[in-house]
Amino acid sequence: MSLQLQFGLTRGSLSLDLALDVADGETLALVGPNGAGKSTCLLAIAGLLRIDRGHIACGGERLDDGTRGAFVPPERRGVGFLFQDHLLFPHRTVEDNVAYGLRARGHSRREANEQAQRWLARVGLSDRGGVLPRELSGGQAQRVALARALASEPRVLLLDEPLAAVDVSARQSLRRVLREHLRSFAGPRLLVTHDATDAFALADRIAVLEAGRIVQVGSAAEIGSRPKSRYVADLVGLNCFRGTLHDGRLTLGSGAHLVVVSSHEGAALATAHPRTVALFLERPLGSPRNCWQAEVLAVEGAQGSVRIQLGGEIPVVAEVTEGSVEGLGLQVGTRVWVAIKATEIRVEPE
Amino acid sequence: MNDAVPRHLRVPLALLTAVAVALFLLPLLGVVCSAPWSKLWTQLRSGAVHDALGLSLISSFGAVSIALVFGLPLALWLARGRSWLRTVVRVLVTLPIVLPPIVAGIALLLAFGRNGLVGAPIDRWFGWSLPFTTAATVVAAAYMGLPFFVLSAEAGLRSFDARYAAAAATLGAGPWRRFRTITLPMIQPSLRAGLLLCWARALGEFCATQMFAGNLAGETRTLPLACSVAMEVDPELAIGLSLILAVVSAVVLTLLRQGWSPQR
Repeated sequence: MSLQLQFGLTRGSLSLDLALDVADGETLALVGPNGAGKSTCLLAIAGLLRIDRGHIACGGERLDDGTRGAFVPPERRGVGFLFQDHLLFPHRTVEDNVAYGLRARGHSRREANEQAQRWLARVGLSDRGGVLPRELSGGQAQRVALARALASEPRVLLLDEPLAAVDVSARQSLRRVLREHLRSFAGPRLLVTHDATDAFALADRIAVLEAGRIVQVGSAAEIGSRPKSRYVADLVGLNCFRGTLHDGRLTLGSGAHLVVVSSHEGAALATAHPRTVALFLERPLGSPRNCWQAEVLAVEGAQGSVRIQLGGEIPVVAEVTEGSVEGLGLQVGTRVWVAIKATEIRVEPE
Repeated sequence: MNDAVPRHLRVPLALLTAVAVALFLLPLLGVVCSAPWSKLWTQLRSGAVHDALGLSLISSFGAVSIALVFGLPLALWLARGRSWLRTVVRVLVTLPIVLPPIVAGIALLLAFGRNGLVGAPIDRWFGWSLPFTTAATVVAAAYMGLPFFVLSAEAGLRSFDARYAAAAATLGAGPWRRFRTITLPMIQPSLRAGLLLCWARALGEFCATQMFAGNLAGETRTLPLACSVAMEVDPELAIGLSLILAVVSAVVLTLLRQGWSPQR
């Protein structure tokens, strides 16, 4: 039932052409700058926008191929959509919002509302069923919107910047809820975001969209070590560490640990930009709390700056100037000291 | 408040405001003070007043029904259609608001009268003509009242965020269900305001009705017409009828205000 995308459309100054497959049980993050066509892509998959060429298929069923006869209208696609600003129906209670999809599919009112109650419980809001959406906080509203999308039992789930309109304090818990439900959703999941952390935290694969074209697809690690454009390097090409945080120490899967600035305890995702990774030939004196020896695996230029891929217990990518590559005599096989200041590591609880 | 009124302008402005308020208040006070309160009850129970009130209700609610049945599709087309004809039709729809009612009455007569554009063939084929019947009061009231509903409903549809309907579509709702369960309830304040304005305008309709439907007691003599007749023969009755119309209008206005400002 995977999602096959191979389509193009032109709207105003945007010309979008992409070829992507999203497998069952896979979350693909679509990242890119504003106006790259990310949301447009989701609208086309949902059937809220017609495509001009190519086709969109789900589990072998054609949903649209640009011709009049093949177009399956949104209400018959089974594509769940989570909008950035949740779009809960303001005149219906929270429970009736969640029950809406089931009612539209012909379930009785009682059955739909019972199911809605169950979904509300699953997103931790079983006590808010009777209120109107305007009484919810941003994070709560987005959780209700998630329950509403999932309750109608879609085959595919599309998420358009689900965390962007939520304030920082609610973002963590919403991200956790999203992760949980994305994991238990069996079909393909497509997440649009401009925040690399969200992409790392929620997605299995990342596709970078720039000016209507996919410039790179791959895992976070692949994209981090070989970004194909400046934008990719700056926004997505981050070092990403997953581990367990205890007392300011993040213990990674390999057993190595990083010192970070965070009072969080438990599972966490840490990111550090390659620019913040410093390289030395001798062990540096001074304050860096995270310092270890590693071997250079690859040296690659990316428009003026050079990305150094390092092996060892904590594989990281460092971005340095061409001058320092010469100065340090960096080449494949060189052993260097790697240092990252604890304050440069951004920690997100998971 | 950074746009506070300068101190030296406060008194003159207050005076001007008071004059404006007086302009609205005094006529109403005139009706209330001169109303024959002791005879009011007897007046209200007379057959002629009953007939007029009944006809007013028929014509005004008839206009409201026409607005709902024909006006809503028209508003939808004006808001969502793509044809250049919309501009022309919008002018046509707005015209009755600016047209002097007497002109509207003449125009209606020229269209539907016994010798009118459509009236003549209808009269020839079916032996029936619309003017000077109760139905004519409904048509006149609808012609004058409908624009308020159509324009208000169109404005509501235009300001409706279609993404809510899109969200409903992704949840499996077809076009009719989306319109019924999302669009209509969400533009309800505009619809309600439009219906009330339409109803109020239809209730007060006088000139076009008299021209097109005549002034036949028990058949086309609505409250405003009865009022004008009474002014000639029984001024006290005219004042009583005016009072009824004023009270009804005030009630409508109060309801309307609630429609304008939904409980946010």
